[in-house]
Amino acid sequence: MKKTMMGNYAASWGAQLARVQVIAAYPITPQTLIVEKLSDIVADGELDAKFIKVESEHSAMAACIGASATGARAYTATSAQGLALMHEMLHWAALARLPIVMTNVNRAMAPGWSIWADQNDSLSQRDTGWMQIYASSAQEILDSTLIGYKVSEKVLLPTLISFDAFFLSHTMEVVDMPEIELIDKYLPPYKPEYKMDVNDPRSFGALTDEQYYYEFRYKMQKAMDEAVDVIKEDGKEYEKITGRAYSLIHPYRCEDADMILVTSGTIAETTNVAVDELRAEGKKVGNLRIRVIRPYPKKEILEVVKGVKKLAVIDRNISPGYSGIFSQELKSALYNEVDIPVRSYIAGLGGRDVKIEDIKDMANDTLKNDAPNDLIWKGVKI
Amino acid sequence: MVIKFQNNDKPVRITGAKDMPPMPAALGSMRQNKTGSWRNVRPVIDYDKCIKCFICWKFCPEPAIKIVDELPVIDYDYCKGCLMCAEECPKDAIGFEKEGK
Repeated sequence: MKKTMMGNYAASWGAQLARVQVIAAYPITPQTLIVEKLSDIVADGELDAKFIKVESEHSAMAACIGASATGARAYTATSAQGLALMHEMLHWAALARLPIVMTNVNRAMAPGWSIWADQNDSLSQRDTGWMQIYASSAQEILDSTLIGYKVSEKVLLPTLISFDAFFLSHTMEVVDMPEIELIDKYLPPYKPEYKMDVNDPRSFGALTDEQYYYEFRYKMQKAMDEAVDVIKEDGKEYEKITGRAYSLIHPYRCEDADMILVTSGTIAETTNVAVDELRAEGKKVGNLRIRVIRPYPKKEILEVVKGVKKLAVIDRNISPGYSGIFSQELKSALYNEVDIPVRSYIAGLGGRDVKIEDIKDMANDTLKNDAPNDLIWKGVKI
Repeated sequence: MVIKFQNNDKPVRITGAKDMPPMPAALGSMRQNKTGSWRNVRPVIDYDKCIKCFICWKFCPEPAIKIVDELPVIDYDYCKGCLMCAEECPKDAIGFEKEGK
């Protein structure tokens, strides 16, 4: 069934279709609508779930951890400062290997107080052990929630689905809602091998000395490695029932490209349009959207970019004191493998619009310049 | 090292990651680490004074007070001797003695 909806509601209905059993959340702009809608859905009896109102995001994640440990399918959503407040619990969820799915609306970290799009909130959580997805459409938000639970419950790692504030959270798009019967088949109830059960008590997260801790980290890495294939397989299975394909990377017109722009989030959608216009001008340009940054799809990226002459990364985030984070990740993937100059652009921080012309400027700048460059501030007012 | 994950499980010899569960769960560490050995003072329930209100059972943070045959019973394998039970008992039915006699 097709419906017109905001990106935020695509997240709510994704959680409903996934039949989540526990929702614990604290409101924060621009995420509020997601949990407000879910609260309505639960209150109206349209979803058999417990909605826990908590006093902070730290508690929201703590409640999800408890719920997930008992074998319930747990969900929460947040943004920026809220995600930062969860930080300790994010490590806990991942190392306890709990398949929680969380939506994060990418919002700039304060101060200056900002509610607008910026990826620094979620990328600051890169090393917590969560799988990280960057969605570029409302449809993908809904679909990723469903695929997210399936993948998470197989590899026992939590999934964070992020998307840009307002550009996606508050804009309307047509979204195809899959039939619940199809989803019930795709995503059966979660049946964990290890769970908290009063009739079969076990200690969870207990003292783990140096004899074991190292091995748990090793097992987490193995699970991340496995997740690369699981994300592909479960994406393909989802395509069979809905016709929509998802993988870790989404290349657009990259096959014969001389130069590829590497993007994520909503900037990737705008870049597709820019690529069409550049192609019409005779420039052989492609767009490689990175959908999943953890696990990092190194092999898949190299496969796409190995033949190109130049690469340009557009980052709506920055690691202060170095450069854009997607750019660092890409360069570390290329090192020892291929020798391609990379030009790295920062753009759109704090929700500044990145227009088609801006992307064409960056593409033309890369086509003109052969020298790699770590940090180019596109459109900064000096 | 050989451990039993659960009472009913077969003992497992752990030589590496392949023998371990995915998360730090069910390692049986609480079965090995009897934290009652940390205790300096031992709470003792005077059952003549006990009115079976179970406030001690409710307040014990471990929880090391169990209900056996409708009476509160302290599990000295895990009681750390914090004496919260003695503090909360409305009938002063829980006294204590120094550990290590």
